Amino acid sequence: MKEGISARDQRADTSPFVSDEVKFTTCYMCACRCGIKVHLKDGEVRYIEGNPDHPVNKGVLCAKGSAGIMQQNSPAKLKKPLLRIGERGEGKFKEIEWDEALELAAGWLAEARSDDPGKLAFFTGRDQSQSFTGWWAKQFGTRNFAAHGGFCSVNMAAAGLYSIGGSFWEFGEPDWDLTKYFMMFGVAEDHDSNPIKMGLGRLKTRGEAKFVSINPVRTGYSAIADEWIGLTPGTDGLFVMAIIQELLKAGKIDWDYLKRYTNAAWLVIRAPGEAAHGLFARDKSGVTLIATAAGKLMPVSDRKADPVLVGEYVLSSGQKVVPAFQLMAERYLSDAYTPENVAERVGISAATIRRIAAELAHAAFEEEITLDIPWTDWAGRPQKKMIGRPVSMHAMRGISAHSNGFHTCRAIHLLQMLLGTIDVPGGFRHKPPFPKPCPPGPTPAGQETLANTPLDGMPLGFPKSPKDLLVDAEGNPKRIDKAYSWEFPLAAHGLMHTVIRNAWAGDPQEIDVLFMYMANMGWNSSMNVPDTVRYLTDKKPDGSYRIPKIIYSDAYHSETVAYADLVLPDTTYLERWDCISLLDRPISSAHAAGDSIRQPVLAPDRDVRPFQDVMLDLGVRLKLPGFVDETGGALYPGGYSDYMVNHERSPGIGPLAGWRGEDGTGQGRGAVNPDQLQRYIDNGCFWEKRFSPEQSYYKFANKSYLEEAVHMGWLATPAPVVMEIYSETLQKFRLAAHGFGDIQPPDHLRARVASFFDPLPLWYPPFADGATDIEDYPLHAVTQRPMHMYHSWGSQNAWLRQITARNPLFIHAETARAKGIEDDDWLWISSAHGRVKAQAKLMTGVNRHTVWTWNAIGKRKGAWGLKEEAPEAMKGFLLNQIIPELLPAREDGYRYSNSDPVTGQAAWYDLRVKIEKCSAAECGETYPLAAAQEQVPGTLAPAEISTYGASLKGSPSGEGQVPHKEWIGNREEIAGQGGGVAPGHGNQLTRNEKEDLT
Amino acid sequence: MTTLPKNPPKKKLGLVIDLDICVGCHACSVNCKEWNSGGHSAPLTDTDPYGADPTGVWFNRIHSFEVDNPVDGGRTVNFPKSCLHCDDAPCVTVCPTGASYKREEDGIVLVNADHCIGCKLCSWACPYGAREYDEDAGVMKKCTLCIDKIYNPNLPEESRVPACVSTCPVGARSFGDLGNPESDVSLLVASRGGYDLMPEQQCRPTNKYLPPRPKKLGGGKTDIQALTPVADTSAGVIARWVDKFLSA
Repeated sequence: MKEGISARDQRADTSPFVSDEVKFTTCYMCACRCGIKVHLKDGEVRYIEGNPDHPVNKGVLCAKGSAGIMQQNSPAKLKKPLLRIGERGEGKFKEIEWDEALELAAGWLAEARSDDPGKLAFFTGRDQSQSFTGWWAKQFGTRNFAAHGGFCSVNMAAAGLYSIGGSFWEFGEPDWDLTKYFMMFGVAEDHDSNPIKMGLGRLKTRGEAKFVSINPVRTGYSAIADEWIGLTPGTDGLFVMAIIQELLKAGKIDWDYLKRYTNAAWLVIRAPGEAAHGLFARDKSGVTLIATAAGKLMPVSDRKADPVLVGEYVLSSGQKVVPAFQLMAERYLSDAYTPENVAERVGISAATIRRIAAELAHAAFEEEITLDIPWTDWAGRPQKKMIGRPVSMHAMRGISAHSNGFHTCRAIHLLQMLLGTIDVPGGFRHKPPFPKPCPPGPTPAGQETLANTPLDGMPLGFPKSPKDLLVDAEGNPKRIDKAYSWEFPLAAHGLMHTVIRNAWAGDPQEIDVLFMYMANMGWNSSMNVPDTVRYLTDKKPDGSYRIPKIIYSDAYHSETVAYADLVLPDTTYLERWDCISLLDRPISSAHAAGDSIRQPVLAPDRDVRPFQDVMLDLGVRLKLPGFVDETGGALYPGGYSDYMVNHERSPGIGPLAGWRGEDGTGQGRGAVNPDQLQRYIDNGCFWEKRFSPEQSYYKFANKSYLEEAVHMGWLATPAPVVMEIYSETLQKFRLAAHGFGDIQPPDHLRARVASFFDPLPLWYPPFADGATDIEDYPLHAVTQRPMHMYHSWGSQNAWLRQITARNPLFIHAETARAKGIEDDDWLWISSAHGRVKAQAKLMTGVNRHTVWTWNAIGKRKGAWGLKEEAPEAMKGFLLNQIIPELLPAREDGYRYSNSDPVTGQAAWYDLRVKIEKCSAAECGETYPLAAAQEQVPGTLAPAEISTYGASLKGSPSGEGQVPHKEWIGNREEIAGQGGGVAPGHGNQLTRNEKEDLT
Repeated sequence: MTTLPKNPPKKKLGLVIDLDICVGCHACSVNCKEWNSGGHSAPLTDTDPYGADPTGVWFNRIHSFEVDNPVDGGRTVNFPKSCLHCDDAPCVTVCPTGASYKREEDGIVLVNADHCIGCKLCSWACPYGAREYDEDAGVMKKCTLCIDKIYNPNLPEESRVPACVSTCPVGARSFGDLGNPESDVSLLVASRGGYDLMPEQQCRPTNKYLPPRPKKLGGGKTDIQALTPVADTSAGVIARWVDKFLSA
């Protein structure tokens, strides 16, 4: 090389000051709840990084969390309470003061409450404070409360809680360190996204495990799977049942596990046509029975009883009984579930299904794990070792978004139970407070609502039998969303997606006030957007709105804001207190119980208030019990942080479990500690209590764990949690449908309840398949959120939208080319309900009968602080536009919600479509294009250019540089494979290694 | 044109990126953007951030694409790309002002904004497309390997690595001295067959990519036997179980 110019200045500053202050808090850019360190400089956010000590994310941070700066600086932030002055939907508002806003809201709410508190429908979206908001609803006295679980994944939660005492979601996790075979069903970058990514990285780096992804689309996690099974949407249940048949036929099941920890051995009465048919046989004291090899029937509580799992026996009453296991086996050994008979429908060859079954059996039984950890079972019997069957599973969206999702998820749990893999080494592990009894906890409250009177319990719960349903004497729904009715009996999270339509229709009741928080129900969180907007804006003949009053709280100028009468602007997540509570959805891991807080790291620069403070204020204005003392004074005058510390749900148990008691030594239980929040802050805003090795597995039957759970308030008694391969609870509902018992479904719902309340998992085609002419609409259409936007408000984020600002329709290349479709062609995507326009993108990693797109990219023009010409508005689209919120009419004209018939889970992914190329004149922009939403008062024009950070560049500290540190991703796992790499984590070597180096 | 260091750097700091486990989540890109927005090359300007064509300066971008392969069914590849801090960095030697330079002490390639005239020769010269022109500032910017982070005593030890590395949720990114064959990153590259991107360009990049591991199509084992039914019919299967239990 020729000599040239030397570098003129090589003194890059390696040691600038970074920030004035670093504050710890908890991320809220999605549902993960990672710990973050926020670097602040001159009152602005310089940098957000993961907290390395935090149990959820251990220092990592995803794209959303890293884009928090742009969320904080979004031009879409609301600035002041707003009162509607135009027509609903136009978005014309005037700013008002908080006192006026709160008086107005309190007035509307008080009027409803003094008539019938149920005239308030209070639905709180992506709320992470549901133990608080649910309690608010209870004290107000309305049963019409839920968050967004009904359109998220309630069927997964319910299937787990009615089967294994816990669920997937973020409430359990694969044993990443020990599993040898990991099956992931669906999971479109879902709950627990950072823990799943961390786990997959470790699992694959460890190199011993096989990762199988069952998903119609090969993106994201599926991209790194050892095997991708691109099955047809909605057929996971059939796939699993065929595997179950293979395992049963070969006897590759964990007989002992089934006998000890599940109800497989319990005797079920076989007396078709009788009231006791399908119920468990019980002795005089109500204890269920098992049969022994000698044919003797004994109560399960008899610790000497060694049950058999097959055979037919006779009770003294003369009724025949069989073990639940036998009923199960009879079903899945049927020809309906042979691999050959399901292969075409599932879109996977019989040979592949057989091979997967063989691989599962091999991993479970030939690669058994034994940990030398003595433990004692619930009955006090000492166990020398912990035996593990290292097969783990995880499932979420995908399955959750189908009308057959509850039973499909139960089928997966059945497969886990048959293999003996739940909460064992190498398997799927519960995170506290789970496992809980199947089904858990209290039943839903709200049989009666009385003027100015609290409910007698929390509005959401778990029905155990028909008497727990919220139905009137004729069997009609009591709740606005029809949760806990005969249409959706186990709707444990409510059906937020039905509220707007039902409130408009006055079905089953008219409401006065619709109060929503943090869910974009006027746009991407509703099915059938065009009609949803009509429901929100429709008027009665007298000119008044059919939904009389709408209050909405959001931090941003979302599409839903335009439909509110009163807007209560919330803060960002960096400006608020929050608690991530064990009463609600904590941050526990399988190794430890944990909870956490958010603390304000920035003061709002606008006239906004944290939603929970507002709810406390309204509670005081309404003089709700629990919110005010006898004199009407606020019980939590310091706002939500005051509540977090001083509220007790039962004596000694409050929202936060850490540092309780006057001296702060209490964990789980203890008196209020005024210093509690400071202790959290000092610890990085989280609390964690690790389990001993003895408590770490077999939690459902582990004496030490169960006693701990009772102490912590998670369980009422240290009784074992018996898992249910057979659900007597479901059978009770079916018996009611068959005409037994005091509480029965109305005649028009009998057949529905009888079909879907099967005590064993069943498979049926997604409802849309039966409701749509499949010949006309040959393609399944599903969505997923991009990883950098999952479960977030991120799509208006200045950085994240540079990654994704428009969404094409992805199609298998062969499917597309058969119709002459190439990349970027404009397409009509039509369902039986409507049509929408988008551009094509061809790929091969997708099921041939499936098209898909990124969800919630499409925006209404003018919303979210974006310019009207933003691609989100002009080229992005929502599949929601063509998803009907109701199924086609029955013969008598009645239309069910497009939801799972057991839990009410919204069936987003049941959609069937056809595609055709647009004419030349139709290309260029999406359809439908709504009129632009007006800007709210005080909105500044979006910046033409952003140079954020220019003023935050650190000045020289004058410090010298320290030596660089190596960082090895998955250092521990790589070290374990030899090759000389030192063990540790990231750039932290283990203590021994450090000593070696010094 | 600008010279490379007279004494080729012995220490070569760089990244090792594991394509076996990258899920394409963009965490590295955004955390990089975040740190560097207020870092050595601040700001990383975004133009039209809320409009029709939002575009900005990013030092690290993820490319996702499909590779068809009839044998293993093909795969989806997520490929993060940033400056590879080449030994023979054409972006440096092409620079007419000395703004673009390679540090002798650690091999990091940097741009001195004060001397950059925005001629873009370096971006033409870089075969990897790793340079990022800031239209607003009129200067070229690029990955600094977080030069203001990795040596900075004002940060705790665990933060003293490039932002993309410590934030990566799957642990697909490693950082260290690739000039030292005994360093942990070099051992990792050796054990996994790490490779140079586009070696034919003869830039001798410092960063290395670890290839995807072979897929485990047979449960990780090749000798897994098909399951054998205990009986031919369903009734036969249950009958066998009855025998098993009652004779036990």
